[in-house]
Amino acid sequence: MSDPLLEVKDLKVHFPVNAGPFLRPKDFVKAVDGVSFTIAPGETVGLVGESGCGKTTLGRAIVRLVEATSGQVLFEGEDLTQLSGSALRAHRRRFQMIFQDPHGSLDPRATVAASIGEALDIHKLAPGAGSRRARVESLLKDVGLDPCHAERYPHEFSGGQRQRIGIARALAVEPELIVCDEPVSALDVSVQAQIVNLLRDLQEEHGMAYLFVAHDLAVVRHLSRRILVMYLGRIVEAGEARETCRTPKHPYTQALISAVPVTDPDSKRQRIILGGDVPSPIHPPTGCPFHPRCPVAEARCKLEVPALREVESGRWAACHLAG
Amino acid sequence: MPLLEIRNLQIEFGRAPSALRAVDGVSLTLAAGQTLGLVGESGSGKSVTALSIARLLPSPPAFYAGGEILLEGRDVLKMKPAELRGIRGGVVSCVFQEPGASLNPVFRIGAQIKESLKLHRPEAATDAEVIRLLKLVGIPAPEARLKSYPHEMSGGMQQRVMIAMALAPRPKLLVADEPTTALDVTIQAQIIELLARLRGQLGMAILLITHNLGIVGDLADQVAVMYAGQIVETAPALDLLRQPLHPYTQALMNSVPRMDGDARRLQAIPGGVPQLGAWPSGCHFHPRCPRAQPACSQTAPNLLEVAPGRQVRCPFWNSPVPRPHDAK
Repeated sequence: MSDPLLEVKDLKVHFPVNAGPFLRPKDFVKAVDGVSFTIAPGETVGLVGESGCGKTTLGRAIVRLVEATSGQVLFEGEDLTQLSGSALRAHRRRFQMIFQDPHGSLDPRATVAASIGEALDIHKLAPGAGSRRARVESLLKDVGLDPCHAERYPHEFSGGQRQRIGIARALAVEPELIVCDEPVSALDVSVQAQIVNLLRDLQEEHGMAYLFVAHDLAVVRHLSRRILVMYLGRIVEAGEARETCRTPKHPYTQALISAVPVTDPDSKRQRIILGGDVPSPIHPPTGCPFHPRCPVAEARCKLEVPALREVESGRWAACHLAG
Repeated sequence: MPLLEIRNLQIEFGRAPSALRAVDGVSLTLAAGQTLGLVGESGSGKSVTALSIARLLPSPPAFYAGGEILLEGRDVLKMKPAELRGIRGGVVSCVFQEPGASLNPVFRIGAQIKESLKLHRPEAATDAEVIRLLKLVGIPAPEARLKSYPHEMSGGMQQRVMIAMALAPRPKLLVADEPTTALDVTIQAQIIELLARLRGQLGMAILLITHNLGIVGDLADQVAVMYAGQIVETAPALDLLRQPLHPYTQALMNSVPRMDGDARRLQAIPGGVPQLGAWPSGCHFHPRCPRAQPACSQTAPNLLEVAPGRQVRCPFWNSPVPRPHDAK
């Protein structure tokens, strides 16, 4: 395997809670608690999990929108968590983010050209008004929008079109990695497929890598080469996308996959219904964090934290019983 | 006599000449104890149709421009306020998408469920009955939960409380408007299983509003697909999933990535869902339709009965598809 573009090593993001002014925080939400993985250049890695599992925080910590508590984020060998000021800004050109809510992530008072052009200005990628306009128009064309819409405002577009603007803005600086945080969850079903296809086409054309964060397993499986499954701040399963969905190794992944509603009435799958809710990340259960909901938990699951281990070639699971 | 019969319902927002039509001639029937899935994307008019059954749409701005909603043979649109209070809860109860927004944040959940009982079954407005209801919807330790506030519960638990509250007056029809959309998949599976169990246990009818065709297959007996204010296809749920006939239903099913499919390009539907007030002439779907003919932009198609229990709003449903549509 070639050198990874991104290598995340034992990353932790803990948020203090219950802290008053002048008081030392009593508890921490362990949103991301020791996560390690790599992304190769041009690869798509899917990150799935339910709300509160820390997947969004992980994505944000990688692009330095939240600060990591400990661990390393190596981008071609350079630790992003140690950068600051102009060195960080220079690096930001190489990794971008697309957000879930296309309404909230665009400035309502800035035209499309201003939103996309701002990125060009900061990184001095299109000096001169003429080349700036030409670049904005070619970006709009790339994402399937009419270049004559450049002077319009976000409210004049539908949700799907706004998401295309967000993608154009991320593309403007020609990044090598784009973190896509639930980019299709807020869209209508018939529009989702357009954006999913667009993301694929752009990757074929420009060759950037994606970290695709989503709760919709079917979409993640469709786009990604590898999948990471997160539960309570940890990765519980990692592996090749289709194999992971076909023969999941971790009991949580098994339940997650069986719970996806399918449109094929003749499918023979057995649905596993998990009891209870995702526990609080402030006081996660002892041992395996999944044991209170796990249908196959044993006595040792309450005591020993299972490490993420290779249970089969290329398949990783954090479960004592997997294999 | 069916429990619910909607005939040619038309709902508009605002007054003429600037009125915007949201529901354009919807007809539905639902027999006692049956489950009907109403499927559509945002702006299709599915929620407006559902809310109108208990006349929950604020009017103005909503106006019932035509049609009838017969609940046990009586027209809801002609009822006086006192009669409406009787059927709301007593005959038809609703569960909404965002349980957190539907519950009152400043009252304990026990008190909120009891309020529903006081209105409809005052003799049963006791802690014991509330505990029985909480147990019915699968809330652990119901005695302790009586005194909980909504914010102390998770989204899945809040939705269970909403269902308990809706069931308290023993309705004959439960209108569930996207009851699982705001929930995670594993919790969604719990709520679907709960609704299926309650339907069997209590024998009530369910009108399930959703945008997810997969959920329809799990719960519904019959399905109606809506697009831009109209029903475009109705069919028994399993028949629809096995063989959708309307081009929109087909396109919708093809645009969803499948868990067992290969990694080919998704067949996206070009364009976007038309905005209220900007519906295309003729067939509302024709600008996005792979089978559209010149006539489709002129004449509005009618619902055609193509098989027993199957209706399709497309005169070309049986003609071959030109070629797979692939939009950039």
